[in-house]
Amino acid sequence: MDKLIDLLPQLGEAAWETLYIVAASLLFGGVAGLFIGLGLYVTRAGSILENRAAFTTINILVNIFRPIPFIIFIAAIQPLARLVLGTGIGNGALIFAISIGAAFGISRIVEQNLLTVSPGVIEAARAAGASPLYIIRTVLLPEALGPLILGYTFVFIVLVDMTAVGGYIGGGGIGNFAIQYGYRQFNPVVTWAAVLVVIVFVQLIQFFGNSLARKIMRR
Amino acid sequence: MTDVVKSYPPSEKGGAPVVAIDNVSVDVERGDVYGIIGYSGAGKSTLVRLVNGLEKATSGSIVVNGTEITSLKERSMRAVRGDIGMIFQQFNLFNSKTVAKNVAYPLEVAGRPAAEIAARVAEMLAFVGLSDKAKNYPDQLSGGQKQRVGIARALATSPSLLLADEATSALDPETTSEVLALLDRVNRELGVTIILITHEMDVIRSLATKVAVMDGGQIVERGDVFDVFAHPQNAASARFVSTVVQGVPSPVEVQTLRARHDGRIVTFSFRDGSDSQAQVFLDLAAAGIRFEIVYGGINDIRGRAFGHLTLALQGDDSAITAALAKIAAHSEVTEAH
Repeated sequence: MDKLIDLLPQLGEAAWETLYIVAASLLFGGVAGLFIGLGLYVTRAGSILENRAAFTTINILVNIFRPIPFIIFIAAIQPLARLVLGTGIGNGALIFAISIGAAFGISRIVEQNLLTVSPGVIEAARAAGASPLYIIRTVLLPEALGPLILGYTFVFIVLVDMTAVGGYIGGGGIGNFAIQYGYRQFNPVVTWAAVLVVIVFVQLIQFFGNSLARKIMRR
Repeated sequence: MTDVVKSYPPSEKGGAPVVAIDNVSVDVERGDVYGIIGYSGAGKSTLVRLVNGLEKATSGSIVVNGTEITSLKERSMRAVRGDIGMIFQQFNLFNSKTVAKNVAYPLEVAGRPAAEIAARVAEMLAFVGLSDKAKNYPDQLSGGQKQRVGIARALATSPSLLLADEATSALDPETTSEVLALLDRVNRELGVTIILITHEMDVIRSLATKVAVMDGGQIVERGDVFDVFAHPQNAASARFVSTVVQGVPSPVEVQTLRARHDGRIVTFSFRDGSDSQAQVFLDLAAAGIRFEIVYGGINDIRGRAFGHLTLALQGDDSAITAALAKIAAHSEVTEAH
């Protein structure tokens, strides 16, 4: 317990680092995932930009990358991170790995949420003479906004999970803190303090996401 | 619409293509309310989507307001759609937008200035009687109100043609007549041509001026609504007509009639004008025959009357035979045996 009190500054720093890594990854990976998911949705059979070749390509790409366990992916993507960022370690490389790794999973969540929009509503927009891009911007995304917010809330929590292995490439965050000071130093109290911080994060985000989605879907 | 065919690729490799529309020609004139009736799967929803290019015809020619649309690219097709409104069975309103924003949508697509959009939205909402709902969201409206918003949205760009795809099928009878009355105003006051898809003959009866009956991807009968109702030529048409008009009773119905009524069961069919009806009753009375109406009715289609009345006749058998022969000279007589 005394040890934990000594470590409180590091715990606080680790918590901020986790937030920073997750926020940055959510931004990059979330946007990339949104585009890939939109690509899956619009090119599928019967959709507004139906294109079998494009759909098959994106679909296979997503299916290849999505199942790779993240702890392996983080090592596999390291050469690319060195090429792009000039370094394969640290928080930057971690954000790089999470963004790419998560984008494929996010794309599936986006695709599923877009599929909840009634095809009839899309047809009504087409009948009004709207172009595919205009429909995406003015109908598809607004109509799917509630479910998308819930989807991204879920993604946020998955990203917190992904940051936990950041320590393997020299990244920081709550996960690294728990392994370094809790697990490696045989101090369960420290480990559980880290767990507690994660639980608080997840609860807050889920609460925030739920209330935002409820507000949007109730109107 | 001339010799239009729409077929889909086979669901299994090597199978025959699925033909949804089989060589259909339809001529809708400006100002018509053209009803297309058929059972589910008859191809009527596909047919109406060929008109605004939501579906592409496999072959044939479709001309809308002088423009051949089958050869148009998607981009130019979008411009044509501005002149064709469409309403749907499930209304298909944008749930994320207010009523006013829904009505504004086609105008925004057409790139009209904001001031013009606001004025036109107000005008359309007043036309459908929903001015007080402008700021509401669709899920706060009843089914009938939703369809009225759908109509306001479809007519926002002042199209000359309105496509109505089962527009009343999801509504209860009372709301249905409300929406039909509104569509009638759209046709009469705004001069909008309407193509009306339905499986309910009642909708055709109360709104359409012309009707085409679809069965198995083909049009099996077409004509003025009155003519098709009064003399259906095709089995499918006759079935639809019988859903709203009691015609000549079937053998089973004759049996139940016989159980309750004595005498000979005879059906008199009347078409347009009630002179022959009065004459029938005069002739029966003159022959001293007691009669009782046991089945049938007289219908009014766009101001013209027709119908079938089944009577139970009692009296001297030879007098009845003679009277029936006399009546048969001016009216259609069917005796049940």
